[in-house]
Amino acid sequence: MLNVEAIENGTVIDHIRAGKGKKVLEMLGINENNAGRVALVMNVPSKRLNKKDIVKIEGAFVNEEQTNLVALISPKSTINIIKNGKVIEKREVEIPNALKNVGNCPNPNCITNTEHAEKIFEKEESKFRCHYCERCFAAEELVG
Amino acid sequence: MNLISIRDLDKKEIEKILDLSEEMAAGKIKRKYDKILATLFFEPSTRTRLSFQAAALRLGMSYLDFSPETSSLKKGETFTDTIKVISGYADVLVIRHPKEGTARLAGDAIEKPVINGGDGGNQHPTQTLIDLFTIRKTKGKISNLNVSLLGDLKHARTMQSLVYALAMFGAKITLISPKGLELDPTLIKEVEEKFDAKIKTKSELSFNDADVLYVCRIQEERFADPYEAKRIKEQFMLKSEHLKNTKKDLVILSPLPKINEISHEIDANNKAKYFEQAHYGVPVRMAIIDYLLGRQTRN
Ligand SMILES: [Zn+2]
Repeated sequence: MLNVEAIENGTVIDHIRAGKGKKVLEMLGINENNAGRVALVMNVPSKRLNKKDIVKIEGAFVNEEQTNLVALISPKSTINIIKNGKVIEKREVEIPNALKNVGNCPNPNCITNTEHAEKIFEKEESKFRCHYCERCFAAEELVG
Repeated sequence: MNLISIRDLDKKEIEKILDLSEEMAAGKIKRKYDKILATLFFEPSTRTRLSFQAAALRLGMSYLDFSPETSSLKKGETFTDTIKVISGYADVLVIRHPKEGTARLAGDAIEKPVINGGDGGNQHPTQTLIDLFTIRKTKGKISNLNVSLLGDLKHARTMQSLVYALAMFGAKITLISPKGLELDPTLIKEVEEKFDAKIKTKSELSFNDADVLYVCRIQEERFADPYEAKRIKEQFMLKSEHLKNTKKDLVILSPLPKINEISHEIDANNKAKYFEQAHYGVPVRMAIIDYLLGRQTRN
């Protein structure tokens, strides 16, 4: 396996659905401006998922709210918060009850696509209902 | 408090508004308001706008009428800015807009009560309250009635809110619509899950077990082929022959306008209650305004 150095302080997101690692970084707003090193390893063999992506972000501690956004793209991911080389917290991701300004409403006739408005979606069963046009969408439709 | 969507109301609140409408229709309520209603219609409407204005006048209120043709929206002002400004001129705002979610956006942006007068294909809650009121008034109840919905159930503005409310009240719903103009299946799933609703679909125009028949318009512009449009409209037009074996106390409703959906001779049939339904627009909208203003002063 391709080895990526362990990080001393930061966040490791494991068990990301293969191919979605890049999207996870994008959703968390992690890019070349991150102070520390960022590693994205794709297509890692996995017992649970067959293939998975792993992301390591040095110097950034992903909070609960951000963690739950990861669930939208990859529901089985796990988050490890690392301080001084030790895992101090392990979190399972959970699909959030509401989404705010995460994705645009896919309904072209929704007012939020022509008028400046916060994008708010509320979870209903396994879907998300737009606060404005009241249509329901799957998570993938909102975050692509 | 606003009235944006039937989804915001529970059965108790709806019943309260219907009871209040009953009192308004009977002329029992003498409350007068020294207030101003603004009707902001970003797309044409006659009935909804006029009946709101009539309701305001009957409640002793005045009204302001806004038309976008001559407004600063043409100069590029945003909808939210326009609403924020006008909210300073009036005490209640009624908004109709072709984009879905507009009334909600307005309701979130200002303090004054907002009433949704129809937002695109999404909701038209005041029409639904009029429909429920007419059903209750003519049939004495809503629950367990067999309600058939006929016509373009996909684009009809009133359908989203009406189906939701009928399901909430436990009516048994039958859908009859041309191919391609069926009711949104996610709505059917939603009300089946939320209210354990019983919804049937059929293709023939037979209403033998119906207590209520609700007829929606089929608009020609929904079809690419004008011949196809003509054929479908003809096929789904309600004629006297369809009423032959129907229940004696069947009630026929329509949000109006009707163009070719209902054959003219049915107007004289005592089962046709759509003009009565249209007239209830005033007392029900009086009740809605009274309910919102009353809530505002009590809170
Ligand atoms: Zn929307």
